Amino acid sequence: MNVERVIVAVIVIALIIFISWWFFGKHQEQVQTAKQTKQAQSAVIKVHGGYSPATVVLKQGVPGQVKFEMHDQTACLSHVVFEQLGVDKDLTKQEVTTIDIPTDQPQTFNFACGMGMFHGKVIVK
Amino acid sequence: MKKITLSQRFWLTLLFSMPLIIQMLTMPLGWHYPGEKWVAFIATTVIMLLSARPYWSSAWAAFKHHRANMNTLVAVSTTVTYFYSLFALLTNRPEYFESAALVTLFVLLGDYLSERMSNHANDAVKKLMSLQAATAEVLRDGRFQILPLEEVVVGDRVRVEAGAKVPVDGKILTGTTEIDESLVTGESMPVPKKPGDTVIGATMNTTGLIEVQVTQTGKDTALAQIGEMMRKAQTSHAPIESLVDRVANIFVPAVLILALLTFAVWYVIIGVNITQAMLFGVSVIVIACPCALGLATPTALMVGMGRSARSGVLIKNGEILEKATKLQQIAFDKTGTLTKGKPVVTDVAGDRKQVLTVAAAVEQNISHPLAAAVRQAAEKEQIDVPSAINSKVIAGKGTAAEVAGHTYQVGNQRLISNQQNAEKWIKQATAWQQAGKTVSYVLKDREIIGVLAFKDLPKNHASRALNDLQKQGLTTAMISGDSEAAAETIAKQLGITQVIANVLPAKKVAAVKDLQAKGSTAFVGDGINDAPALAQADVGIAMGNGTDIAISSSDIVLTSGDLLGVPRAIALARKIFKRIKLNLFWAFIYNLLGIPIAAGVFAGLGLVLSPELAALAMAFSSVSVVTSALLLNYSKLKV
Repeated sequence: MNVERVIVAVIVIALIIFISWWFFGKHQEQVQTAKQTKQAQSAVIKVHGGYSPATVVLKQGVPGQVKFEMHDQTACLSHVVFEQLGVDKDLTKQEVTTIDIPTDQPQTFNFACGMGMFHGKVIVK
Repeated sequence: MKKITLSQRFWLTLLFSMPLIIQMLTMPLGWHYPGEKWVAFIATTVIMLLSARPYWSSAWAAFKHHRANMNTLVAVSTTVTYFYSLFALLTNRPEYFESAALVTLFVLLGDYLSERMSNHANDAVKKLMSLQAATAEVLRDGRFQILPLEEVVVGDRVRVEAGAKVPVDGKILTGTTEIDESLVTGESMPVPKKPGDTVIGATMNTTGLIEVQVTQTGKDTALAQIGEMMRKAQTSHAPIESLVDRVANIFVPAVLILALLTFAVWYVIIGVNITQAMLFGVSVIVIACPCALGLATPTALMVGMGRSARSGVLIKNGEILEKATKLQQIAFDKTGTLTKGKPVVTDVAGDRKQVLTVAAAVEQNISHPLAAAVRQAAEKEQIDVPSAINSKVIAGKGTAAEVAGHTYQVGNQRLISNQQNAEKWIKQATAWQQAGKTVSYVLKDREIIGVLAFKDLPKNHASRALNDLQKQGLTTAMISGDSEAAAETIAKQLGITQVIANVLPAKKVAAVKDLQAKGSTAFVGDGINDAPALAQADVGIAMGNGTDIAISSSDIVLTSGDLLGVPRAIALARKIFKRIKLNLFWAFIYNLLGIPIAAGVFAGLGLVLSPELAALAMAFSSVSVVTSALLLNYSKLKV
């Protein structure tokens, strides 16, 4: 076995270890609380290779909105689906898509992309 | 830069791919044109900047969040082949620009086709909503005016001409007609309507001019509620899908690792050259895109729910499909569900004319269903009903009134508890009761002069529906408040296996629970008083009458009162669930077989996939899954 092959083998092993650690390891997730005025509150979620932040918190009792800012041009994230609300919106039609969230009682609304590959949630508390 | 749409991007990419496709096709013939390497380089660079970059950017953003997805696979495979080819071009080695370009082209093709198809699948709700009339002829300031629908309010009087759409939900004030309600109920025959009957917005008034009082507008209309339910159902998940979600999260990184291993095995262990090893690795990445997996469930749900709604079956969410597939028993509420809920007089003992005359007189103003049956019988026999005075209800027993100076009473067994000479009447009454009928005694000045027998007839199609359900492998049961004899008779007539009689309305839940101990049970009820039992059952099926569809405790709502809807609903639910499973199976198989082929496991047999062929296979797996979902629209039902 020549030197070239040994070097490649080492690089491959290093890459595998890196991928495992990067994707499967435990990493802190970002949570954001919505900006709030007396009459309304809204949170902005940037859509680019996923949802950032993936979790937003709204306060109970104040009319709430989540705004999706579309920065992704691939088909994967083109729709956002709120299963409990029966909402399925195409995000590519406009730059910012606003979705009204009922805040009358504390609960969690999960959302996902059209294929269910990306997930996020809106927590009302 | 202004954003270009997916379709524009696809067509531009196709245009720039042409020189590369020509090179690929003419290569086996040994044809070459001068500078073709540089043409390939320029065309591919344009495609990378135009079409691959969005995938790179999305994948990079995901990577920063420790996430990998299908875009990661596209990005890795295109960057590896593109930059390797660039290096090869400069160092005068064989390059593979066409792989990078065509992988991008085919991924775009898959995206483009599945987007078009899922838009198509999503049409059902939009189509339904567009069926609403835009204007209504409303009585304002003493005359009928054409107003936009938004200005119509509850209580308005609206005129609907023959051949026009009913614009709102309401109640007929004047006029008779036939209305085609197929849109809401799936029932193809027009339904006769008279004053007092309800009409549903967006249905078609066929024959007569009617005036309607508006009872619901906007979000409250039957149509709006059907739309809302369909939207929720279509965005819901089937539980089977959560498995896919879990798999998706670990799937992509696992594929990357697999691709690296493929590369290492070919290069380090088997010892082929580095280019060949790289192509095997890239093929693995390309074919593993889990798009088909992601599309399998949502598209089938969307199409299936749309089709069900068109045939009058509203399935509330994806979870129900799996439950419907596992059902073993189906229980029916009797009155109003299996039967018409409108009893008719079947027999009269005593002087037929006299008995009917006085009974109709005494029960003139009583709203009980049996009283209505008596009045109907009198009307049918063209009896002049005299007026009664001092009419009163005897609680739990019946009704009393005075007609032409005599006191008459109509009522049940308890009314005659201390009667003399009653044996002959009671004997007749008992015989009828044993035949499953309900009886009323008629008394003149406290002496029995006759007995009336009533029967609640089964709905049309009832026995066919039950027969179909048994063919579907379900055990049928009936839950009824009637005496055992009455319940048994109707059960025998309809071929129902199990009868649970003497069940008070409040005990229906317990009856359903008892059945559930034996196996998964569906309950069919008419929706209003049956709500707790509907909620208790594994699958609650509410028979709506077109308007009260917002029965939140049920899982499936039939928009028409037709019992054949029940076997149809079960068949549809099972069919959709089967299609979802089939779709997932194919999507998994694609990856399961595709990955080893791409990795070169069968290279010894001459079976290899270049990255661009892998991309084509991947695009077609998505398209085939969506096509299979769309076929749900056309597949035949056995019932």
